[in-house]
Amino acid sequence: MIQRWLPFPRMFACMLAMWLLLNQSLAPAHVLFGLLLAVYGSRLLVRLDMPNGAVRRPWAALRLSMLVLIDIIRSNIAVARIILRIGGRHKTAGFLEIPLTMRNPNGLATLACIITATPGTLWVDYDSSRGVLLMHVLDLIDEEQWIRIIKGRYERLLLEIFE
Amino acid sequence: MTPLADLPLWAALVVAALVLLGAGLCLIGSVGLIRLTTFYQRVHAPTLGTTLGAGSILLASMLCFSLLESRPVLHEILIAAFVTVTTPVTLMLLVRAALYRDRIGEGSGEAPPPRSSSERKR
Repeated sequence: MIQRWLPFPRMFACMLAMWLLLNQSLAPAHVLFGLLLAVYGSRLLVRLDMPNGAVRRPWAALRLSMLVLIDIIRSNIAVARIILRIGGRHKTAGFLEIPLTMRNPNGLATLACIITATPGTLWVDYDSSRGVLLMHVLDLIDEEQWIRIIKGRYERLLLEIFE
Repeated sequence: MTPLADLPLWAALVVAALVLLGAGLCLIGSVGLIRLTTFYQRVHAPTLGTTLGAGSILLASMLCFSLLESRPVLHEILIAAFVTVTTPVTLMLLVRAALYRDRIGEGSGEAPPPRSSSERKR
């Protein structure tokens, strides 16, 4: 019964939270309308035929978001320095291939968002037959270091969360 | 008298610093669009504005209006969430289009490394 009415309980909770946040209120009228909207909205997702993904370890997810936040701040500074040409050293930008172990579509989508949202790195292409990610890096000092960052820092945690 | 005059001095300083930081990062990102030379490099520049740039301006807005209305004003979180989720989609679309043009030989930018398996598929 619950499955039929609420096929995506987490999405339902997110939509309700979004509605209440938008209206900045916990008044019964807003809660009621938010509930209606969230039930209908999350049921629409059934038609999209989304890959089902259970987020397993909320603790790992929290650690990943903190890590990404710190990295985004750090790479903001790094990219700003490159653009303003502070620091002297000549930067070479280039493409980089990274073999991934992760196959989960939700995990890959999350990794794509992380890499693209972080200044200085860019998700270009993913070859699903070989499982190889092609990315572009603004400051390609040494390939090994980037592979370590993507595989060691992000992919390991994403594997814990999604697989 | 503006409503902002009700803001305590420390908060005004913090809000001003955050807004300046955010605006500065957006400016640097825009300058990057001119300074960086190839398409793939230029795509990196606007992410400054959409991550820390937007983030610090939203933080300033939350702080300022929470203090002025003496209740937590949190709907800026939604802006941050949607910007974080949607910007990569736009950027990836642009990059994929550029990559496609490069691979069929119409692009003027740097050619990405040729890859044997995707070559075979085509």
